[in-house]
Amino acid sequence: MALLSKKDTSLILDPLADNNPITIQVLGICSALAITAELKASIVMALSVMFVLGMGNVVISLMRNIIPSKIRIIVQLVVVAALVIMVDQVLKAFAYELSKTLSVFVGLIITNCIIMGRFEAFALANGPWRSFLDGIGNSAGYGLILIIIGFFRELLGSGTLLGFKVLGDPIEKTGLYAIGYENNGFMLLSPMALIVVGLIIWVQRSRNKALIEEN
Amino acid sequence: MAVNTDKNSYTVIFAAVMVVIVGSLLAFFASSLSEKIQENERLEKQQNILYAMGVNENQDEGSVNFVSTDKVAGEFEKYITEQLVIEGDKITKDDKAYLIDLKKQETEAKAGKTRKLPLFIGEKDGSKYYIIPMRGKGLWDAIWGFVALDNNLVVKGVYFDHKGETPGLGANIKQRYFMDDFTGESILNGTEYAGIAVAKGNNDPTNEIKDDNEVDALAGATITGNGLSAMIKESVNLYKSYLESIRAKN
Repeated sequence: MALLSKKDTSLILDPLADNNPITIQVLGICSALAITAELKASIVMALSVMFVLGMGNVVISLMRNIIPSKIRIIVQLVVVAALVIMVDQVLKAFAYELSKTLSVFVGLIITNCIIMGRFEAFALANGPWRSFLDGIGNSAGYGLILIIIGFFRELLGSGTLLGFKVLGDPIEKTGLYAIGYENNGFMLLSPMALIVVGLIIWVQRSRNKALIEEN
Repeated sequence: MAVNTDKNSYTVIFAAVMVVIVGSLLAFFASSLSEKIQENERLEKQQNILYAMGVNENQDEGSVNFVSTDKVAGEFEKYITEQLVIEGDKITKDDKAYLIDLKKQETEAKAGKTRKLPLFIGEKDGSKYYIIPMRGKGLWDAIWGFVALDNNLVVKGVYFDHKGETPGLGANIKQRYFMDDFTGESILNGTEYAGIAVAKGNNDPTNEIKDDNEVDALAGATITGNGLSAMIKESVNLYKSYLESIRAKN
């Protein structure tokens, strides 16, 4: 028997492309704009969301039969907030350096629409294992877009990748800069993240016409 | 389970139980870890102060490297020779001055009390360093730092940190290439305590000009930069009378 059935595999793979949370469901745009000015931040955010969404989906799924429907949104919020705070506290005590890097993201994780969206749309109606896979899949789809945006914004905006000067030194005028290339400072500002998301959506829909909505 | 989860009484009980469970869980985590967290924060402060006066493990290029946490307490004792608390005209020595909470002092000052201003005097390779802690506002949240000055009030080193500035933009105030630019700048402009401004368009990206009270700004981080300039200016002005006395000694 395969580790994952066909249905389970699609839970992970669908959100990567044809049901991507950012480009198709248009969730989680806020954090895609806020933290993608450099690649490292995108990767850290992608991993944090993967952890929180995977865990949160399991917890919500386990509680799905006892959560009163009237206050389910509040219950979901409490679960995410509690998870994130606990992780933050543990990191502060045992991995202080790492927690400093992550502190900026804590608030953004709690308010990420994808997390509430998946709790509401999937975990409340499915078992823990499938919810876990759904969480991993969706956060991977989210992370993929984040990393693509971060890659282009850091490369074109600062001429670096993960802090390494891949295009040469802009001040010493080496590498590409020697022949007159300049960094595009506009890439560092949030509007360009939105434009990059737009370009990704355009490419994706022109390759798969089934994704284009009818008006 | 045959529980009617739509009943009001069930909803109320569920909410109450959930709050108690989550609340005690968080309280348990917070109280059992608080000692370790406070210790981490204390060591970090020592690392930051030492970093500003140039006691760190920086390589030639690139990243910020503090004195390691297991060595920092000893190094702190070795290099920081005096810790002062300035309260109005009164100056007292206090070995715990670095633990003074600047935010608390700021609120007390607003309530009309005299604030306690901590100041650290370090000695390295025969020269004296006066290290001033700073605190201000960035774009999203608090920013803070330390600036080390010599007898002539020229900056020997700085350290900046922030709570929640935008990664890749304002958050870069704690990057080496930005902080290194401050070294050599004077906080004085003539006799005025002008601080050091983070300036756009000062046309000096490599920061060759050291007497303009300006360093090159970070692209896309205007408000963080402005907050930083204001923080430096305000903080050095708080210490004005003490700094005057250092200058008078020369």
